[in-house]
Amino acid sequence: MNMQDLFALLPMITLSVSILIVMLVIAFARNLEMTCLLACMGLTATAAATIWVAMTVKPVYVTPLIIVDSYATLFSGLVVTAAIFISLSAYSYLKNRGDKQDEFILLLMLATLGAVTLAHSAHFGSFILGLELIGVSVYAMISYPVKGLFSLEAGLKYLILSGVSSAFILFGIALLFAALGTLSFMEMARAADLNDSASRLFILAGATMIFAGIGFKLSLFPFHMWTPDVYEGAPAPATALLATISKGGIFAVLLRFFLAFDGYQYSLIIESLYWIALLSIFAGNVLALMQNRIKRVLAYSSIAHLGYLMIAFIGASILGGKQLAIEACLFFLIGYFITTIGAFGVVAIMSSDSEEHDNDELEQYQGLFWQKPLIATFFSAMLLSLAGIPLTIGFVGKFYIVAAGVESELWSLLAILVIGSGIGLFYYLRIIFAMTRRTEIKQKVDIPVAGGWALGTLTLLLVYLGVYPTPVVDWVADVAKSMI
Amino acid sequence: MIILLVIATLFIGGLGAWLIEGWNKDMPRWVTLASCAIAAALLSNLYLSPTEHEILLAGVSSTWIEHLSTPWIPRFGISFILAIDGLSLLMVTLTLFLGFVAVLSSWDEIDHRPGFFQFNLLWTLAGVVGVFAALDLFLFFFFWEVMLIPMYLLIAIWGHENKAYAAMKFFLFTQISGLIMLVAILTLVLVNASNGAPITFSYFELLGHGLDEQLSFWLMLGFFVAFVVKLPGFPFHTWLPDAHTQAPTAASVLLAGILLKTGAYGLIRFTVPLFPDAAAAFANVAMTLGAIGIVYGALLAFAQTDFKRLVAYSSVSHMGFVLIGVFAWTELTIQGSVIQMVAHGFSTAALFMIAGAIQHRLHTRDMTKMGGLWQSAPRMGAIAMFFIIASLGMPGLGNFVGEFLILMGAFSVSKTITIVATLGLVTGAVYALIAMQRVFQGGATAGIKIKDFASREMIAMIPMMIGLTWIGVYPQPIFDLVNPVLASLYELTQSPGHIWIGVTP
Repeated sequence: MNMQDLFALLPMITLSVSILIVMLVIAFARNLEMTCLLACMGLTATAAATIWVAMTVKPVYVTPLIIVDSYATLFSGLVVTAAIFISLSAYSYLKNRGDKQDEFILLLMLATLGAVTLAHSAHFGSFILGLELIGVSVYAMISYPVKGLFSLEAGLKYLILSGVSSAFILFGIALLFAALGTLSFMEMARAADLNDSASRLFILAGATMIFAGIGFKLSLFPFHMWTPDVYEGAPAPATALLATISKGGIFAVLLRFFLAFDGYQYSLIIESLYWIALLSIFAGNVLALMQNRIKRVLAYSSIAHLGYLMIAFIGASILGGKQLAIEACLFFLIGYFITTIGAFGVVAIMSSDSEEHDNDELEQYQGLFWQKPLIATFFSAMLLSLAGIPLTIGFVGKFYIVAAGVESELWSLLAILVIGSGIGLFYYLRIIFAMTRRTEIKQKVDIPVAGGWALGTLTLLLVYLGVYPTPVVDWVADVAKSMI
Repeated sequence: MIILLVIATLFIGGLGAWLIEGWNKDMPRWVTLASCAIAAALLSNLYLSPTEHEILLAGVSSTWIEHLSTPWIPRFGISFILAIDGLSLLMVTLTLFLGFVAVLSSWDEIDHRPGFFQFNLLWTLAGVVGVFAALDLFLFFFFWEVMLIPMYLLIAIWGHENKAYAAMKFFLFTQISGLIMLVAILTLVLVNASNGAPITFSYFELLGHGLDEQLSFWLMLGFFVAFVVKLPGFPFHTWLPDAHTQAPTAASVLLAGILLKTGAYGLIRFTVPLFPDAAAAFANVAMTLGAIGIVYGALLAFAQTDFKRLVAYSSVSHMGFVLIGVFAWTELTIQGSVIQMVAHGFSTAALFMIAGAIQHRLHTRDMTKMGGLWQSAPRMGAIAMFFIIASLGMPGLGNFVGEFLILMGAFSVSKTITIVATLGLVTGAVYALIAMQRVFQGGATAGIKIKDFASREMIAMIPMMIGLTWIGVYPQPIFDLVNPVLASLYELTQSPGHIWIGVTP
């Protein structure tokens, strides 16, 4: 390993060092403000390092485990930025809840490190490392408010199901290793021999098991059962992290693995993905209709959104549509990150005085528009973006997905997308309508400084990129081109 | 540049109205009036000193009064193209005019959050102006959706007893059909690009694309559905009566006056010129739907006891004429459709304003509880009489010209459909006169007395009366404005290879 390689690892090193600093500071002096400030500084430094590396380093393997290329820097930049916003909103959420809240921020940074590892991973070794780093941090984050039964239940549920899914993934990896004799994505692609029927069977079985495990983590149908309960029970910032950083990191590996290994040549996998996408969109949207809690609505809508993402993912199986489909995946994920973090940021702000349960009942939002117009406007923007209405980044994301679907001629998936979006409007608008009711909200809502600014910035980003997406479009187009 | 300024004025005016609310509750409506006035003044430049741009549309020359184009998302060949020709200019003028009417009609109706109300009003107007001016398909779709949300909020916040249902239905219908159009737009663009042309969303470059017939037909249907839902044509009209009855007066005026026209405009501007052969093959079905809409709308209007529902169903009936006119696609019928759009914009907006005024005074829309209102409100009665007569197609008023031209042109295309459509004139007279009789004539029931129209309402009504009479007596200025546009669109569909056939007499 030379200096050049070490420099390529700068973001990971920066993040690890800041985690250590934060941990030591907590050990000596518990002060939530100090912890959050240090965490944000560390994350900002990591983001800066990522940009620096992205601008100077050519694609390079640092050990067989880690690859540093524009794809990796895009994802690690994304998750680190997301972590900054989540920690700002977490600070506002935590500061009124007793004096032992510092470790939450630490866990948040650890999970981010896991996602950064995933973004860089080109090997199943680093994949498992990153996956478990996220998993273990998230268990603790979900059940962090120890007094609440709901969060304990959610934490336990996630622990068991996530453990099972990790076991699936490990078993799948073992099968692949048995067939191919290597764990590196690139070498696997080289070793794969389609004509050997025994190894083909091993590969198919292994890939299926890996996919089942990843389906759990991404909460795709039929592995989505845990999502609403865990989303509901976890504290809002933990839910935001689970929905964005965790899923984004895992998706980054999935896409990289599929592109490197050319998993698209296995038509059986593509066919089952087809049904998974279709049913995720359908089930997510239909089940969201019946919910009265905002977090549950967002949980089911995230199932549907991952289904939309899968349309583009499948689109990459058609040779002519590959470039557009990868771009669509990347852009859609960026939009999904901004919107989801914003939406849970609102729930976090609304829950500043909640006890066992976050304030996420629809009733508690009635009349918000007239009492806290700013928060309500932010939330409406987030919901409209989730619904894919123009002027928001969600619209451009959905536009990208439709374009990828058209280019790869996935007509039935596009039909279900149109139907799903129609159903989706219904439950998003129901929330907006509740906020415009002429009633008084019961609970006290104060807009905290950190969380408020984070939310305002996200809304601005959402509108800016919704109106003028060209900078991000060009960026993801470059990255997608480098991946083919 | 001017049209961009018009749109920007409306957007910024909307924000201003919202912000000024905190300072003074009466100011927002003045801000709206001022924004509309500034926008109208800007627009008048286009009438007074038009600069002419010659642009070839698939080989046919056309004249544009204004043309603005800058790259927006180059990755997809999306440009920010705003262009104005005679047709767009006419529709934008109508939009701004009805904007004035909408503000005046709800002058003292709104006491809950007036600033936010005016914000939504102005943003709807801005979206509609954008729809009439956008000639990049992406930009067009963008504005198409932008006008929905403020309209949704207008109905959802300031609507009447069943507003949640009506607002949701309105939004779902238009949004889902809009998404179908988005898929059609993207397919058109991407398939066109895969044939070797550079990727582009520009209307000017997509005209005369050489997509194969079957695909064109499906794409045409995608556009058709979105526009016919908005029109609204049978059988996609069911959102309209609900939306109209629940909407506050100003929203009804905008909805009937201009939002419905965006559907008709889309058919004339996009559906037929982009897919001439497919549209010709589909013409019989579309015209039949139009004829059914005319008769069905009229019958349902006759059966209503709710004044606003009656006017709403009459819109379904009148817009059936536009559908026939567009799909008969003779020069006569397209001209008739444009006249019908403007005239219907005036007459229905006025009728909704009258219905809203009565509801404001009596707190009911139920016609069985009215009667003899003429006695206490003679001005209102006389004006209602005027617009009801206009709406039933009395010669000498605007609607007659439109319907007459459509029927005359369509006769040479399909006799059966024209004859059925003509029935609509008879049934139209029935429901219109019934409404007049129930509301204004007869003895005053149980001593109902209402306040007559004040001068503010007269200010809104008189220009519309003048307008309708003018169109009815001397429609030539409108023809002068739009005929070059319609002629070039018509020629476009007749160019070699695209001969308007398939309609059996």
